[in-house]
Amino acid sequence: MIQTTVNGKPLQIEVDPATPILWVLREQLGLTGTKFGCGVAQCGACTAHLDGQPIRSCSTPISDADGRQITTIEGLAGPDGALHPLQQAWIDAQVPQCGYCQSGQLMSAAALLRDTPQPSDAQIDAAMSGNICRCGTYGRIRSAIKAAASGTER
Amino acid sequence: MNKWTRRGFIGAGVLTGGALVVGVAVRPGNPVDKLRADVAGGAGEQLVNAWVKIDRDNSVTAIVPHCEMGQGAHTTLAQMLADELDADWAKVSVMQAPADGFYVVPDAARAFVAAWSVDAPEWIEPTYNGLFTQIARLGDVLITGGSSSVRSTGQHTMRIAGAAARQMLMAAAAARWNVPVGEIVAENSTLLHKATNKRGTYGEFAEAAAHEPMPQTPPLKDVSQFKLMGKGLQRLDIPAKVNGSADFGIDARIAGQPLKYVAVKAPPVPGSKVEAINTATAKTMPGVRKILNMGDFVAVVADGYWQAQQALTMVEPRYSRTDGDTIDSAKLSASFAKALDAAGEAGGKSLAKEGDAPAALAKAAKKVVAEYKVPFVAHAAMEPINCTAWVHDGKCEIWTSTQVPLMAGSAVAKALELSSDDVTINQLYLGGAFGRRLETDYPVQAARVAKEAGTPIKMIWSREEDIRQDFYRPADTSRFSAGLDASGKPVSWNNVFTQLNDPPGSWDVAHYDIPNRSIRHAEASMHLRFGSLRSVDHSQQGFFIESFMDELAHAAGQDPFEYRRALLRQSPRHKAVLEKVAQMAGWGTALPPETGRGIALVKSFGTIVAEVAEVTIKDGRPRVAKVWCCADAGYVMNPDGFAAQMEGGIIYGLTTALYSGITLKDGGVVQSNFHDYQMVRMEEAPEIKVDFINADSKALGGAGEPGLPPIAPAVANAIFAATGKRIRELPIAQHFT
Repeated sequence: MIQTTVNGKPLQIEVDPATPILWVLREQLGLTGTKFGCGVAQCGACTAHLDGQPIRSCSTPISDADGRQITTIEGLAGPDGALHPLQQAWIDAQVPQCGYCQSGQLMSAAALLRDTPQPSDAQIDAAMSGNICRCGTYGRIRSAIKAAASGTER
Repeated sequence: MNKWTRRGFIGAGVLTGGALVVGVAVRPGNPVDKLRADVAGGAGEQLVNAWVKIDRDNSVTAIVPHCEMGQGAHTTLAQMLADELDADWAKVSVMQAPADGFYVVPDAARAFVAAWSVDAPEWIEPTYNGLFTQIARLGDVLITGGSSSVRSTGQHTMRIAGAAARQMLMAAAAARWNVPVGEIVAENSTLLHKATNKRGTYGEFAEAAAHEPMPQTPPLKDVSQFKLMGKGLQRLDIPAKVNGSADFGIDARIAGQPLKYVAVKAPPVPGSKVEAINTATAKTMPGVRKILNMGDFVAVVADGYWQAQQALTMVEPRYSRTDGDTIDSAKLSASFAKALDAAGEAGGKSLAKEGDAPAALAKAAKKVVAEYKVPFVAHAAMEPINCTAWVHDGKCEIWTSTQVPLMAGSAVAKALELSSDDVTINQLYLGGAFGRRLETDYPVQAARVAKEAGTPIKMIWSREEDIRQDFYRPADTSRFSAGLDASGKPVSWNNVFTQLNDPPGSWDVAHYDIPNRSIRHAEASMHLRFGSLRSVDHSQQGFFIESFMDELAHAAGQDPFEYRRALLRQSPRHKAVLEKVAQMAGWGTALPPETGRGIALVKSFGTIVAEVAEVTIKDGRPRVAKVWCCADAGYVMNPDGFAAQMEGGIIYGLTTALYSGITLKDGGVVQSNFHDYQMVRMEEAPEIKVDFINADSKALGGAGEPGLPPIAPAVANAIFAATGKRIRELPIAQHFT
């Protein structure tokens, strides 16, 4: 039995503790916003937060989440439904194309901005280069992160 | 007003609740009356490939026959329809047309003939007498590909549906108010008669409009009248793509039906069979329900996907030997060289012959010869191949992301020996496709497993399976010899290459003023499966042709931009695009050391695109810092969406140019995941500037593919400018280890 909190909700989950968090989220909890991309922590599509830190949920066993907090894309907006500044910036910059990698991109960017409210280009590169986008939205992601960062400052 | 030259059929109906629906089916060259008679055979039957639905509450639904895979087609097609309708954009929503018209508007529709019907071959015509099921068996033309959505469906059906609905609404208002229809003004989903100060919403007239005569050739707006077309409206699908709520194929669920999960593995060499499997360990593993030898692949059915994957790694399969087992990349390359040697100076199939290229070459002041190569490329969309299927009560239901829902349905029907009537395809968002989801292998595979499993299943390919069982952009070798006159101008262009697929003419250089041309195809076989990859043959031909053109410029001692420009006197649109991109990039201005600019120009899918890349050599490796892109697509319907497609084509093409190389060993694919099949990531993504020229609003070009072909040669040419090293084989990274 794993006791964890997902998007603020305490849960007890009966599952093989070696199961990657990704599959618990998607299959047990129906939270399908977190995506499967490679299975080996190479593409970032499965990025979620564990106690606020970005993790590759495809390669992190659910046992690691015992007694800790998981946040997924479904929990990125505020409890009142207000969009996270990055989500709004993503809409304003028209970032997503197919959209499949964007949950992971947003979760990586959210962790970046929380720790580094005004990231440099080099810091954006470092934080975001684990997330692959095949549609080629990198330029817009960079602009959106900067727009959200300047909003944070205000 | 634009003259509407395509002949077609417009149908309308009223739905329960008083909604007006208008649909358009378009067939070139078909007498309208004959078509109408054919179509009106059954009560309430219509064949359509574009729809608009206007409800009593004044909402407008654009029903779009194309899938949404990030190209923005849903929004741009709705935008084109709404503009002709003079609808209030805030009241417009989009619905994906199901693969079976029954599910959309049961009273009005029996069928969809879609997307490419304007260009559909004549053999599909008999299906106009019939229904969806016949189309599914015979035609399967509901397709999203070829950068066709806007230029084909948008221009020839969505706009017409909107314009026809608008006319019918105006006629209904004129009748009710008893005023001449010419005095009615339609704007923002409202009908007005100024003289009598009467006003009503589209919704109020929706039901009455359905009884008005259907205008068969409604006038379309001229560019000067566009209100929504040409504007960078925000994409309607984006809000759901920033909060995790957009459902992709992999997110499919079936109400009230728990799913089992399936992991699969096919033999590494195409054509090989699974002769036997040892399941002793795998079958004892937790959650495992069934382990199936399907002959052409192994499937593990389990309670969870991770359990299925774990067990699959413990299944020991024995594969049959095939003729392909001894093929490796070096042998394949040698076989291509042999085919080209056999074709020699004049052999193979002639594709273009202008003047006497061999004779002109013999007399030329200077001769330039080069051989270019590209490897196989896998699509690697972010959403791995997957499909959910349920076979029950003699029927099969499929939930998946596909570019070809009707083809998928008929392929499944054939495999399961069902009628197409008994197969339903539910279309979800595509997590990228790039041509991979034009294939129907995976819905068939999932349906076969679902039938064996006797339960609803979700099959998901591992990334390894996705890369190793792709339908690949083929490896190709291209040989050139060109002759220059004393002034450096090319007078003879000789080219022969090994792979010829689509689209026709991707090998041509007719836009350049070269008096003698000979272009040939020397066929060389491959054992890997061929598939369309974003821009298809242009993805390699762009690299071959525009790199070699750069070699000619340098051989002539001339600037590569000026050299091309001088050859474009007969191609003013190409010339304008080239000049504009050079201006954007500051071509000719000074650059730092170890930095170079490269230029390339390719027309594909109706759109002319020129790109300049700026490359700096840093730590011995090329870094693409900036890319400028100028395009002439005739008329850009949604500038921001168009720019996004150019950016996307450039990044996808940059990965292909720098890194993508599928190699073969013992007949199978060596690469397996993103660690050995690399992608351009954020840290390497260049700054991209896009601009465009609207040169002809009546003949539109595509957006999804044309941004790709010029990037590889632009980068390779920039590397030459920076280093003097000519890249003649992709991927580029192998030359900088």
